[in-house]
Amino acid sequence: MAYPTDLQYTKEHEWIRVEGDTGAIGITDFAQQQLGDVVYVELPDVGSTMTAGQVFGTIESVKAVSELFAPVTGEVVATNGDLKDRPDQVNSKPHESWMVKVKLTNPGEAASLMDAAAYEALIAK
Amino acid sequence: MKPAPFLEPLDTFAPRHIGPRGDDVAAMLKQVGAASLDQLIDEAIPASIRLKAPLDLPPAESESTYLGRLKGIAKKNKVFRSFIGLGYSDTLVPSVIRRNLFENTGWYTPYTPYQAEIAQGRLESLLNFQTMVIDLTGMAVANASLLDEGTAAGEAMTLLHRVQGKKLGDANGTFLVSDRCFPQTIAVLRSRAEPLGIELKIGPVDQMPLDEPLVFGALVQYPDEAGRLDDLKPFIDKAHAAGVRVAVATDLLALALATSPGEMGADVVFGNSQRFGVPLGFGGPHAAFFATSQEYVRHMPGRVIGVSVDSHGHRAYRMALQTREQHIRREKATSNICTAQALLANMAAMYAVYHGPEGIRAIASRVHTFARSLEGALASLGYQQSNLQYFDTLRIKTDAAKVAAIRAAAEQRQINFRYVGDTEIGIALDETVTTADLSAILDVFAAAAGKKGTAVALDAKGAQPPSWPASLRRTSAYLTHPVFNTHRSESEMMRYIRSLERKDVGLDTSMIPLGSCTMKLNAATEMYPVSWEEFSRMHPFAPADQTEGYRQICEELEAALCAITGFAAVSLQPNSGAQGEFAGLAVMRAYHQSRGDAARDVILIPSSAHGTNPASAVMAGFKVIVTATDANGNVDVADLKKKAEEHAKVLAGLMVTYPSTHGVFEDSIREICAAIHQYGGQVYMDGANMNAQVGLTSPAAIGADVCHLNLHKTFAIPHGGGGPGMGPIGVAKHLAPFLPGHPLVDVRRAPASAGADMSIPPVSAAPWGSASILLISYAYIRMLGAAGVTDATRYAILNANYIKSRLEKHYDVLYTRENGRVAHEMIFDLRAFKAKGVEEGDVAKRLMDYGFHAPTVSFPVPGTLMIEPTESEPKAELDRFCDALIAIRQEIEDVITGKADPKDNVLKHAPHTAAAVSADAWPHAYSREKAAYPLPWVRASKFWPTVGRVDNPYGDRNLVCICPPIESYQ
Repeated sequence: MAYPTDLQYTKEHEWIRVEGDTGAIGITDFAQQQLGDVVYVELPDVGSTMTAGQVFGTIESVKAVSELFAPVTGEVVATNGDLKDRPDQVNSKPHESWMVKVKLTNPGEAASLMDAAAYEALIAK
Repeated sequence: MKPAPFLEPLDTFAPRHIGPRGDDVAAMLKQVGAASLDQLIDEAIPASIRLKAPLDLPPAESESTYLGRLKGIAKKNKVFRSFIGLGYSDTLVPSVIRRNLFENTGWYTPYTPYQAEIAQGRLESLLNFQTMVIDLTGMAVANASLLDEGTAAGEAMTLLHRVQGKKLGDANGTFLVSDRCFPQTIAVLRSRAEPLGIELKIGPVDQMPLDEPLVFGALVQYPDEAGRLDDLKPFIDKAHAAGVRVAVATDLLALALATSPGEMGADVVFGNSQRFGVPLGFGGPHAAFFATSQEYVRHMPGRVIGVSVDSHGHRAYRMALQTREQHIRREKATSNICTAQALLANMAAMYAVYHGPEGIRAIASRVHTFARSLEGALASLGYQQSNLQYFDTLRIKTDAAKVAAIRAAAEQRQINFRYVGDTEIGIALDETVTTADLSAILDVFAAAAGKKGTAVALDAKGAQPPSWPASLRRTSAYLTHPVFNTHRSESEMMRYIRSLERKDVGLDTSMIPLGSCTMKLNAATEMYPVSWEEFSRMHPFAPADQTEGYRQICEELEAALCAITGFAAVSLQPNSGAQGEFAGLAVMRAYHQSRGDAARDVILIPSSAHGTNPASAVMAGFKVIVTATDANGNVDVADLKKKAEEHAKVLAGLMVTYPSTHGVFEDSIREICAAIHQYGGQVYMDGANMNAQVGLTSPAAIGADVCHLNLHKTFAIPHGGGGPGMGPIGVAKHLAPFLPGHPLVDVRRAPASAGADMSIPPVSAAPWGSASILLISYAYIRMLGAAGVTDATRYAILNANYIKSRLEKHYDVLYTRENGRVAHEMIFDLRAFKAKGVEEGDVAKRLMDYGFHAPTVSFPVPGTLMIEPTESEPKAELDRFCDALIAIRQEIEDVITGKADPKDNVLKHAPHTAAAVSADAWPHAYSREKAAYPLPWVRASKFWPTVGRVDNPYGDRNLVCICPPIESYQ
């Protein structure tokens, strides 16, 4: 799967799509492959804040649990309720299945993350 | 004078317990390339840790000699009529369940149902258990049992603690506990709260400080310890309004008549299911139950059985939501629980299946009616009963002189009551009570009152409905599912139990080569005294002079385990290996605290450790630092020393498995232990692999300070399909004073005068844990003797090295000693096949077509199989197993070379059911014969998995943990 160029990536395998001062966050195709069949995503409450590099949720497959790390600092303005009933979408459409949307404290913050080429180089290692 | 050898009994046990014999041993040694068994052992175990002398154990007894002697010990237990209560009630174990389940190898020898396709029988039964608990408690979800009521209380507390994280922030919080919970429940809570920094406030329910800011939860009991039944709803409403969640300890039989805690708004409901047809057994094993709301299901501890579908789209059961558990989430797990009480949960579930809702209600009504009649008759004798509303338990208040007289007269008539202080008596009735019992009780009370016995006109009055207020009288239905409404005749019940049994692979089918699980023989002679009345009908809190037989067995077993571990003292209290870990770590913590060293809160754990280790360490209040494993699978000694030094001031200790979880005796173990000691730490040895040590080396010899022993691995207690187990701990002399105590029974070996009581609070509800199954380990040790238990170890190592030798040409062995020897188990690496589309799970499922249970999958290394044959398997069975794996290797090769289709092959579609193989349509590229009978000997006694590959993601995404409605079966 090609890694979309309109996303920024972290070394913990999250992506963020920034539009204005809001960013949508999900996990990468590489991450979903490592996890296997996703069965549950635990997300923060709307209104809570997340801090870059800190855990903001967990994602579970049948045999593994992984923490979700915030790519940026900001306030959670929406969570993707669809994932409650259809967590498998994280497997089938990883780069469209956003988990949370955040209002970035510092809208420029995401620019320091990896672009698609850099991320692909990382996972090729 | 010793009789001549030919006059000695011939029914010696060792040759029955140990599989390989005679010429086979010679052939096996040739295969492994050792001149003798001694040479092989010398090559497998470092010389530096070998024991110099034979174990100091009593001589081996033949099977009949043992049973004869045990009969004598049994007679020292006096089986009185027990009206003590306190969470343990005598019960009528239906013979059809006793004979076809409790005493049946098909039920007690299987392992925890990780391999769902060959475990559908007990998975269905455990789902029945969950359904029964959900119905009676009025809750939304339940697990498949916990170890006992006391630890269930601890789990309830920590669940509420987790779900109230937002309220607490960084604070540890306060847990309110009703002073009318059972004393052993409160005592176990103390052992669980202290390490987590949770403050317990114990007091009357109506004075609980619900509004204090850091109160996260409250525990009440219903009916309470005195037997009183109060409407909990007003309290629960008040607690919820204050932001406090409520756990309720309860009694399933009372709930047949009383409004369920769920209907009153409880957040967690737990208790002991023992009185549903499980013998008292001097404290266990019994299945605790645990139920909660849907909202908290992911916070629930323990195994949860769920419904899913198989590869054919048919219903199939499996263990659900395993990501909560220690083997995946490690130090972040909801609990350290691993072994549960599956066998006993299945007994309780079958009791409900057999009796059904009307039968359970009738039993409850009868017990209640007896209690009502007894109250009336006692009142006519002038006795005052203080429980305003009760189910089956009366509390009599009188004067000290009368209590003394009653006690003397009762013991004369072989009756036990509960004596509370000097002036109160508790009388807890149960389903075994008869009119004769009632007359006897009344005679005793009448005599003390200077009156004649009074007749109770039970039949005249008929069954009496409870006189409780409407809010307490249950109106909701329970056990409505057809499974609880079908099997009333014994024929039906026998066939239902059998229909489930035949779906499962146990040791009575074939060897179960699970690495780290030690699935050895559970010999019949070891097992069947567990059913003897002198052992099975003993109440755990019976007076000491009635339990001399049990005490003798405990004392002798402790001495034997001391000899085997090289330690100074043993506590038999922990009910599982994980519980032993918690107990051992708590002892270490108490030791450090006693020396003013309370800052020591770091435990080092190698990355290869079993998941219970980090989970237990966190429960015991420690911080976990993980140390690295080197390329050969050994503890990275340099990394360990570095971390020990780094944390020198706060180092509490190390948890290490020996031989390692990789199945290797590491040469560096003494150096590792010395490094920990150098920095003031203690060494906890995980005894999971003790079957490679007994008689050859020992925890003390390697330098450990404390260890647990999984009696259900090394010492022959059966796995019960997922419990029971036992995890006693052994400790060096300096730790002995800290071994767990008990509030109701003095379990200390040292005389009370020896000094202040330093014991930690109990880790289990009963003084000696699941005492009745200690008989099994006792028998194992007494019938094998020092030479026999040592030979068991030697042959376990021979069998493992034989398998390694036969399979290493076909699969890569992951870790060995430098000379190529393994201990009692080994890991085969399947990761290279993954790129070709064959995974470890495919091999595990394909083994089922050959009639075998899979080895341990992906522990301790993902993508591998770990095989442990144990000493009990004969060469012929080992050869069949090796032949199966060699044939599977060829099947893998066929996929790799393209001879077999990458998707449509025997591995991917395994296991094959009879329905699939006999269907008119056969869509596969390979033959039916290859699917079902891959080797000629499979025909001889084909085991048919009853479902195809179970869909795991489906089950976790669509969680159902209650019996599905009947229409969905059609």
